[in-house]
Amino acid sequence: MPDTALPTLKAKDFTSDQDVRWCPGCGDYAVLTAVRKVLPNLGRRKEDIVFVSGIGCAARFPYYIDTYGMHTIHGRAPAFATGLKVSNPDLDVWIVTGDGDLLSIGGNHTMHIMRRNVDINIILLNNKIYGLTKGQYSPTSELGKKTKSTPMGSIDYPINPLSLAVGSHCTFIARSIDIDVKHLNVVMLEAAKHRGTSFLEVYQDCNIFNHKAWFYATQKETKAETTFMLEHGKPMIFGADANKGLRFKGGSLEVVEFGEGTGVTVDDLAHHDETDRNLAFTLSQLAYPDFPEPMGVIYRNEKLESYERMLHNQIDEAIEKKGVGDLHALLHEGDTWIVDDEE
Amino acid sequence: MIVTTEAASEKKPVEDQSLESVAIRFVGDSGDGMQLTGGQFTTTSALFGNDISTFPDFPAEIRAPRGTTYGVSGFQVQFSSTDIHTPGDIVNAMVVMNPAAFKTNIADVEAGGIVIVNEDEFTKNNFKKCGYPEGYNPLEDEQFQGDYKIIPVPMSRLTRESLADSGMGTKDIDRCRNMFALGIVYWLYDRSIDPTVKFLTDTFAKVKNKPEVAEINIKALKSGYYFGETAELFPVRYRVAPAKLKKGKYRKISGSEATALGFVTAAAKAGKTLTYSGYPITPASELIHHLSRLKHFGVRTFQAEDEIAAICATIAASFAGDFAITGTSGPGIALKSEGIGLAMMYELPMVIVDVQRAGPATGMPTKTEQADLLQCMFGRTSESPVIIVAPQSPSDCFEMAIEAFRLSVRAMCPCIYLSDGYIANGAEPWLLPDLDAIEPIKIEHPTVTNNPDGPYLPYQRDPETLARPWAIPGTPGLEHRVGGLEKQDVTGNVSYDPDNHENMIKTRALKIQKLADIIPPLTVLGPEQGDVLLLGWGGTYGSITTAGNRLRDMGHSVATAHLRYINPFPKNLGEVLSAYRTVIIPEINMGQLRLLIRDRFMVDAIGINYMKGKGYMVQDLVNETLAIMNR
Repeated sequence: MPDTALPTLKAKDFTSDQDVRWCPGCGDYAVLTAVRKVLPNLGRRKEDIVFVSGIGCAARFPYYIDTYGMHTIHGRAPAFATGLKVSNPDLDVWIVTGDGDLLSIGGNHTMHIMRRNVDINIILLNNKIYGLTKGQYSPTSELGKKTKSTPMGSIDYPINPLSLAVGSHCTFIARSIDIDVKHLNVVMLEAAKHRGTSFLEVYQDCNIFNHKAWFYATQKETKAETTFMLEHGKPMIFGADANKGLRFKGGSLEVVEFGEGTGVTVDDLAHHDETDRNLAFTLSQLAYPDFPEPMGVIYRNEKLESYERMLHNQIDEAIEKKGVGDLHALLHEGDTWIVDDEE
Repeated sequence: MIVTTEAASEKKPVEDQSLESVAIRFVGDSGDGMQLTGGQFTTTSALFGNDISTFPDFPAEIRAPRGTTYGVSGFQVQFSSTDIHTPGDIVNAMVVMNPAAFKTNIADVEAGGIVIVNEDEFTKNNFKKCGYPEGYNPLEDEQFQGDYKIIPVPMSRLTRESLADSGMGTKDIDRCRNMFALGIVYWLYDRSIDPTVKFLTDTFAKVKNKPEVAEINIKALKSGYYFGETAELFPVRYRVAPAKLKKGKYRKISGSEATALGFVTAAAKAGKTLTYSGYPITPASELIHHLSRLKHFGVRTFQAEDEIAAICATIAASFAGDFAITGTSGPGIALKSEGIGLAMMYELPMVIVDVQRAGPATGMPTKTEQADLLQCMFGRTSESPVIIVAPQSPSDCFEMAIEAFRLSVRAMCPCIYLSDGYIANGAEPWLLPDLDAIEPIKIEHPTVTNNPDGPYLPYQRDPETLARPWAIPGTPGLEHRVGGLEKQDVTGNVSYDPDNHENMIKTRALKIQKLADIIPPLTVLGPEQGDVLLLGWGGTYGSITTAGNRLRDMGHSVATAHLRYINPFPKNLGEVLSAYRTVIIPEINMGQLRLLIRDRFMVDAIGINYMKGKGYMVQDLVNETLAIMNR
């Protein structure tokens, strides 16, 4: 009998022998730690896991995880991940990427892996800057961003990663923060468990080229006012005193105070429904400073079959219908004729 | 079988004439079904036992405005009682469905050749559409009347009349005109209509469940056949006897089909699964069409979002342990070049099919060319050699597809399979191979680590082939990372060491050159030494071989050789080149193979270079060669 029991693994089992070469203080370290902690809890064998990355600081990730790994081409990690799953649907495939990699050069592949619902996990380390090339504005940089390539300020309107994911029919969409290790672990585990494409945006600090870009959302002093935690079925509440919330007004959300003397009760607030795609889009649009920004699982749809399963189902179906292919018969099919006379 | 009619017995018998070979071309509007008509004539002739060679020629526009010259679609087939290699230089007989087709094709018909014309389409309106001057009717042109045997047939009217009782609409009935025309030609060349009747029944009645469409097409075919018999238009009926081909079982095969079958066979011979990723592009799309029908062979096909995604998915499929393929044409190779470079750097096996078309840029997508050779050889960043093989004919695609994988897995290096539109779309008889005689392809995926005391060593090479091991995900203990950054030999770790970098560049090139030890030597047709060697590669095989035969028949000391392995070259190539006073390299480009040959062997090779979007005329090659010899 083959030994089918899963080995008990720890974070250090997923640590490769390579020195980590990110800048000291980079937000990527926290994400690397979270990934190493989450991996042993997935019930997967180490040899069945593949980390795929494109190009950029975040893309060095596979070198630091002791699984199979592919450091590929700028922007193309989703295409590699799709190829892996087409070949071997049993692999647990992770993409670790940055905002330039996934949303600029790789934007096309991002859209397509999501709409196909390939069963993989995408972790977007969004630092709103090009780090490896030393500080140009990225597709998530805010309008007017002054960088080396935009001395008078960027004139690009930024892309909204979560809205893109909703629009691309991604079946699991979530957001977390690099330094909120606890939350990051919880959300990452949810993402990993999802069958289909999971997309996790992580607010990540590039402390060299875009330091403090996310401080409004990540620092103790402000985060209670600028972010809120989503929980399925629960009201959307925020604020240091937990006395503010989001309420539907027409088709959109508004910020209200609730509780005694406000005339608004907790029941009047919008309640999160992870399965509501329209709500997911509305949530994805909430942005500081007009709104607190949602954290946690924004959308989840477990009902859609993955691309690779359907692909393999078709193969099974073809074999069931026609029998396992007979090569000799294939070569000899159609109109054939015999030549008897020797040349 | 010969179809007989009662009317026939009343006629005086027509004269029979035997011909060695005939080239016939069907030309009409894109919507006239010329490809199907030509394909049917080809199948029937192949089943009859002729050697065949085809040249489908169609516009990129799917349905250009009716009656215009740029909407003309043609299909040429040469059928012969002898061994042939080309669809023929000159057309002996042509079926013309409208004035635009007449205008664009008539010059290719031999003097005195037969031109069967659907005269119903030769109207004022259609003359105008194809740009003939007002008041001019080419059928009344005395020069044409003198040059050709023009046979006007009211095909549209006769088809309508014969199907008047069918209860079908005019539109459906008019679509049967091509079958009426085919019927006439079947009679003229004494062919059985049975294979086409069977085809129409299978296609329309069985598959598409439209028995009424099958019925009217069959009736139109028979009406055309009987018309040929009874109308006394042709004083002579032509016979082309079966060819004396090698003994065995044959089928008609196109290059695309043979390539697909070759890949499936290669996978079977290696015990591997095929994964094909591609993005639709003319003329390579046929490959995914064929392979996607072979799911019961376990074949996975992935239509990617673009060319880049297709090569990336292919690389990943190879990393995961499959026989991975992507297919495209020149513009797609350009898009894939970064990916191919990475695959070479990863040192993973895979096959990249380039069905070349006429470029540059979008060029002429449905026309053929051989101008991607240098792109495939050098079109990547830095030093990025890959293996290159090139099939020489439609049936040769089968063997070379297997060879592509055999070499690729042996060296753990991507292989470009350099085909072209002429080969992919062309068809010829294929002697079915003995599957047992095809060597298995040996694959070893390691299951235990090569370094018990430390991390697995993904770049520890086989001392003979220099190939690295192909360890695949799912194998415990062999976890490793591949990347585009330069890596240290043996460990595969990222390395900026200068000596290591130079060593890796040389090693990646050397392991390809080592393949020359196992590829077959270049064979020469004709004298082993002499005045001239005509050296070619790819789809020009037929024309060059035929030209060589013709020149030798004329008494010249001319040999021909065709390169199916381009990187590496066969080991004896230098020796072959040195055995002739003059080396001539005909290519459908500006001299790309010539550049490689001159560089590698310091041979002052002379080019014959045509870039017309089609293959060489044999006679042109003969004349050009003679001109060079007489310099």
